[in-house]
Amino acid sequence: MKIIKYEKIVEEVKNMCIKATHELKDDVVNALKNAYEKEESPFGKEILSQILKNIEVAKEDNRPLCQDTGFAVLFVEIGEDVKIEGGSLKDALIEGIRKGYTEGYLRKSIVEDPLRRKNTGDNTPPVIHFDIVPGDKLKIVFEPKGGGSENMSAFKMLLPGEGKEGVKKFVIETVKKAGANPCPPIVVGVGIGGTFEYSAFLAKKATARPIGHRHPDPFYAQFEEELLEEINKLGIGPMGLGGRITALDVNIETYPCHITSLPVAVNIQCHSDRREEVIL
Amino acid sequence: MSVKKITTPLNEDIVLSIKAGDPVYISGVIYTARDAAHKRMIEDYQNGKNLPFDLKGQIIYYVGPSPAKPGQIIGSAGPTTAIRMDPYTPKILEFGIKATIGKGGRGKEVVEVLKKFKAVYLVAVVGAAALISRSIKKVEIIAYEDLGTEAVRKLEVQDFPTICAIDAYGNNLFEKGVKEFGKL
Ligand code: SF4
Repeated sequence: MKIIKYEKIVEEVKNMCIKATHELKDDVVNALKNAYEKEESPFGKEILSQILKNIEVAKEDNRPLCQDTGFAVLFVEIGEDVKIEGGSLKDALIEGIRKGYTEGYLRKSIVEDPLRRKNTGDNTPPVIHFDIVPGDKLKIVFEPKGGGSENMSAFKMLLPGEGKEGVKKFVIETVKKAGANPCPPIVVGVGIGGTFEYSAFLAKKATARPIGHRHPDPFYAQFEEELLEEINKLGIGPMGLGGRITALDVNIETYPCHITSLPVAVNIQCHSDRREEVIL
Repeated sequence: MSVKKITTPLNEDIVLSIKAGDPVYISGVIYTARDAAHKRMIEDYQNGKNLPFDLKGQIIYYVGPSPAKPGQIIGSAGPTTAIRMDPYTPKILEFGIKATIGKGGRGKEVVEVLKKFKAVYLVAVVGAAALISRSIKKVEIIAYEDLGTEAVRKLEVQDFPTICAIDAYGNNLFEKGVKEFGKL
């Protein structure tokens, strides 16, 4: 049995909020540099160079990369042999987000009720996806999800017979419809299978995978590449002003599904593809 | 494509000299407003109240900045999605606004009213908020303070970087660029 202190979790989550919103991971920076090299549109190139410059300025000036520091989404895997001491895990995660967003001067973008829309003032609550796994580790992935890209996500129940082509058509349609709004170049998360709500979860999980990491199943790995190529033929380009690079990557996550259904969800992540991870 | 350096307030000549695709650098005063502030301005007008600033010839920037850290005058201040402001745009242009700054495309109706009222839609590089913040020299909240990040702010800017996406002649860079590079 491993014991992890409540305060330790609060501290780690707080630090992740600040780090993720100020610095991009190497895989994202490299993908953006590659995009800059490959882009043919002059506006596209100019925009990518400003995006790259912004990464440096954010560091130099100690400012968040983007003013929308997002909805705090957490993927938490807790080992069966972990015990939290000094409070509950859920409370610790929420407190970490609260501290991260207030002490880190991050934007508070959460309203406490979807229709009456009063700001909660501290960017809580987060959306937390818990999973219980064997072992004695606690893994927390933090993804601050911007509204602009989240709003362009979509879901559809396909007929099983529509198969791979149907999925492809729906993904391309969704990206095309999203156009400039999700801040391209984007990362596209695709969830296929499971139930109605589970496919959406898979799509979100897919956006959290580092750029360039392919699905372990060669069938889906190839499908990811095929989708990326098709998306980059749309011509949407950086910021939607036209260009070759509309997406930096496409990640697919799958789950078994019912004989009568083929749910597909597409979750879009913007070029400010921010995430942080900690294993305790 | 030619670089334009403009200073607010704008007149019709300046607006008409800007073409879709031109990089436009703004100096002077610009005002921030998002959904909630637009809604409130229009309600105030309908209720016969004064608008929070003289909108004639001015520029509205669609932004809700992140909070400033100690020693900074503003946090990160990149553009937000403009299409959400589409329903309010005809009225705002009628009040005299000559340019709006945001991100993403606009609806057909906005392209038409930009033509009608001779105004332009500019885009700032999205997600390059830290970079944009460097061009902002002074910030003052002038109205609707209760709206928090959505309050109306007066910004003094110098060479604030934008690109003209839709000009007063109805040219739309979003359509043109995507057509040029689309292969599907
Ligand atoms: S979609 Fe991403 S880059 Fe665009 S404004 Fe939102 S958080 Fe920033």
